[in-house]
Amino acid sequence: MMELNTQRMEDFKGIYKYLLVFVGVAFFLIFIRLWFLQVIKGSELRRLSENNCIRLRENPADRGMLLDRKGRILAHNRPSFEVYLVPEDLKINPGVLIKVGAMLNMTQGEIEEKIKAQKRRAPFKPVKIKSDIDWNELALLESNRVHLPGLIVDVRPRRAYDYGDLASHLIGYLGEVDEKELKQSREAPYRMGAQIGKYGVEYRWENDLRGVDGGRQIEVDALGREIRPIGIVEPFPGNNLFLTIDLDLQRTAEEAYQDKNGALIAMDPKTGYILAMVSKPSFEPDTFARNILPEEWKSLVENPYHPLQNKGIQGQYPAGSVFKIITAIAGLESGMITPDTPFTCTGAFHYGNRDFRCWKEGGHGAISLHRAIVESCDSYFYQVGLKVGVDLIAHYANEFGLGRATGISLPHEKQGTVPSSSWKKKRFGVPWYSGETLSFSVGQGYLNATPLQLLMLISGVANAGKLYLPQVVEKVEDIYGRKLKEYPPVELRRADVSEKTLQIVQEALRGAINDPHGTGWTCALKEVKVAGKTGTAQVVRMPENFKKEDRNRMPLKFRDHAWFVAYAPFEDPRISIAVLVEHGGFGASAAAPIAKKVIEKYLNLNPSPPLKMTEKQSDLDYAD
Amino acid sequence: MQIDRRLFIHFDWALLGIVLAIASIGILNLYSTTAKIEMSGTPLYLKQIFWLLIGLAVMVAIAFIEYRFYSDFAYIIYSIAFFLLIVVLGYGIITSGVQRWVKIGSLSFQPSEFVKISFILALAKFFHQPPHQKGYSLKQLPLPFFLLLLPMGLILKQPDLGTAIILVLVFFSILIFVKIRWSSLLTIGLAGGAVVPLLWNFLKEYQKKRILTFFNPDLDPLGAGYHLIQSKIAVGSGGIIGKGFMKGTQSKLGFLPEQQTDFIFSALGEEWGLIGSLFVIGLYLALILWGLRIAVQAKDRFSAILAFGVVAMLFWHVFINIGMVLGMMPVVGIPLPLLSYGGSFIISTLIGVGLLLNVSMRRYLF
Repeated sequence: MMELNTQRMEDFKGIYKYLLVFVGVAFFLIFIRLWFLQVIKGSELRRLSENNCIRLRENPADRGMLLDRKGRILAHNRPSFEVYLVPEDLKINPGVLIKVGAMLNMTQGEIEEKIKAQKRRAPFKPVKIKSDIDWNELALLESNRVHLPGLIVDVRPRRAYDYGDLASHLIGYLGEVDEKELKQSREAPYRMGAQIGKYGVEYRWENDLRGVDGGRQIEVDALGREIRPIGIVEPFPGNNLFLTIDLDLQRTAEEAYQDKNGALIAMDPKTGYILAMVSKPSFEPDTFARNILPEEWKSLVENPYHPLQNKGIQGQYPAGSVFKIITAIAGLESGMITPDTPFTCTGAFHYGNRDFRCWKEGGHGAISLHRAIVESCDSYFYQVGLKVGVDLIAHYANEFGLGRATGISLPHEKQGTVPSSSWKKKRFGVPWYSGETLSFSVGQGYLNATPLQLLMLISGVANAGKLYLPQVVEKVEDIYGRKLKEYPPVELRRADVSEKTLQIVQEALRGAINDPHGTGWTCALKEVKVAGKTGTAQVVRMPENFKKEDRNRMPLKFRDHAWFVAYAPFEDPRISIAVLVEHGGFGASAAAPIAKKVIEKYLNLNPSPPLKMTEKQSDLDYAD
Repeated sequence: MQIDRRLFIHFDWALLGIVLAIASIGILNLYSTTAKIEMSGTPLYLKQIFWLLIGLAVMVAIAFIEYRFYSDFAYIIYSIAFFLLIVVLGYGIITSGVQRWVKIGSLSFQPSEFVKISFILALAKFFHQPPHQKGYSLKQLPLPFFLLLLPMGLILKQPDLGTAIILVLVFFSILIFVKIRWSSLLTIGLAGGAVVPLLWNFLKEYQKKRILTFFNPDLDPLGAGYHLIQSKIAVGSGGIIGKGFMKGTQSKLGFLPEQQTDFIFSALGEEWGLIGSLFVIGLYLALILWGLRIAVQAKDRFSAILAFGVVAMLFWHVFINIGMVLGMMPVVGIPLPLLSYGGSFIISTLIGVGLLLNVSMRRYLF
């Protein structure tokens, strides 16, 4: 062991007396302070402690408003009068409970239940008995307040959505903060019972919207009556959010759905800003703001049409014929086909030991690319798909963002599925069968996409391959109107596709709407040229002997989903749109007319009269 | 190992007596404070007794190992403690966003507690080489600064502002004790003053809020300010003779946050008044003065600095904690030795006391 050093020990002795003085002074300071608190202020502080005289009153901040792109208010706050009781005070005056109950039309049992439900309440913390009382109840309580110790009536901001269920999935909803959220928010504390965004924009922009809560410390007398405030902190309102949607356009789109279910998203293809976002059926965000009742919650959750799902980003469907855009691009880019390469359609394509049918029973005859897209010929794309192969098609699907989340700032976005040979090997442990390429090349089989992904696809085609991040919020402003955040367009990437290929496809998509026999003719407009593609997503596989006429007799839940994607004007696209109508049947009859109304509205065109469907069912009504 | 008979003759019974007196009051106080709080599992005061017994055993063991051993292994002990601290950041249990514990079996402990002790050991080791004529100059001090900043960064990241502050204060106390040149001290002070605003940015939102609230409690009467006000009310309402054992209302009704840890003194003040508070503060004063005496009477530099370091640690804990409870200082989360509930803390405190006993009973040896 090392010898221990004993040099210069006198240094320590020298400083000893200073240390004694220092410690002495420190303890003397503590003594003085104790004397001050316990002797000089002792009786005053004892009085404060004896009745536990200090009550805390929360003063929640106004949540930031949600506005549309033109500054029209979609969500704001209104005052709501809430009734609280302090259970400790009720023990001294049991009569208060009965009186308050009578004024609010509540039984004693109901009130006691509410008090009991607050198990981990701090002492003397008021319990909310009823919220949002009406003026008569308020007047009654206020005029009797003196006789009702332990009663507190407070004004609280309450979220209000003036347009009911409009854009409900985009806006989202609020709810009471739960245990998990309370624990996670150490740095930005919430109180028990505080409202927090749970879904949609209300959830994603919670930190901007919330604001800073204030509060008051109030001294009360032995009966629980307020004497004077001790400390006050004013709340500071949250920031206002300017959404990218247009209120009028959103309303037009919602109305166009009538009682149908599905999803619609419209976007500016050159910026990625979402102009309208519909998901049907919808819900009333307000039911959440006033604390949703158990039976209301149950009916929302158990509804077979999933009203709580934003189908535009959470619903995954086979893309159907819309996917032919990808197959066409893959064929052209790979050099396997030229625009003029002819294939023959006889109404069905025999492969393996199975007939793959085209929607047109008689067949399209000899057909090349342009007409194949315009008339959505299945046989043509079966053959292109076989030539190109699954992996190249998958590659171009990925180029346009299919098979991965777009990254939109909304919760629970789904990725969709783009199958490939390696994907299948990994997923199922068996190789890819070339027969599966046939279904894949017309958007059926394993392929799944969200409406937003197909919107990205059509926008990319409209925009010469450029893909923009879809965004729902344009900017955040504080209450003084100062801009805090801005969300400029973000270019995600440029699909690796030649300009020439895109031009060919664009022309064909214009033809699909405007040419004779175009499947999307129901969306044709007089003033501007629209380009687009219809599609049908199979819900169940049809038996081979299935008669088309039987479709209308099928139970709704087995009917196909209808797709329509489009952009307009053709020459200089300002709006792109994806429409899905669940169990709607065919794109042309169910989905395209909805898109038409939205495009007309956005481009300020005169609404065209409703199309007269011919009595006699034409082939096109069943076009895929 | 052979234990010298003289060790028993010179055993510091006075120091042990003071420590046991404070610890007993601590158990009683904890019993009174938490008696009415409904909690599942073992009552806190029983847990505290358990920790106290373990701590006393550790203390005795620490006291009887010759301190030359600590001198030889000071840097290794420091490295082990630092390693454990890294483990906390890596694998530590994440409890409500604060990572401070390492779990071994069913026991969890806070390595930062042991970093404090090992830090003192390492500094004592370093400074046992005497300075030149006028005292240590900055040029000689890169290693001590390194020893300080290494764990400091990790502890701040945890985040545990309280322990970080204790480390800094103990560091400067020792610098002054071992005689640093005044010009060097001034330089460090100026540099520190420049760095503090930078450090401010590293603080978590709630920590900033606590400190701001101290200067203006009205800033946040519902949060940190509320705690301060309630704590002052609790102490003040005790008056001169206090409300009596088990009769405190502020603490029992849950008006005080962390009443069994950082704010335990307010419960004492409420129930025992000025008289009880002064008695306990007197015991702390005795502990610290006795410890200082041990330090200056030590036989060699290493044991003197070691003893002083422990005393400095105890002093700053007591002074800051009581100052915070009485509203003289910001709420920074520093517990009160032997009174606050907490297993790791009571053990690290008793390890410190064990070192003091160790130095004390060997001052006549060699």
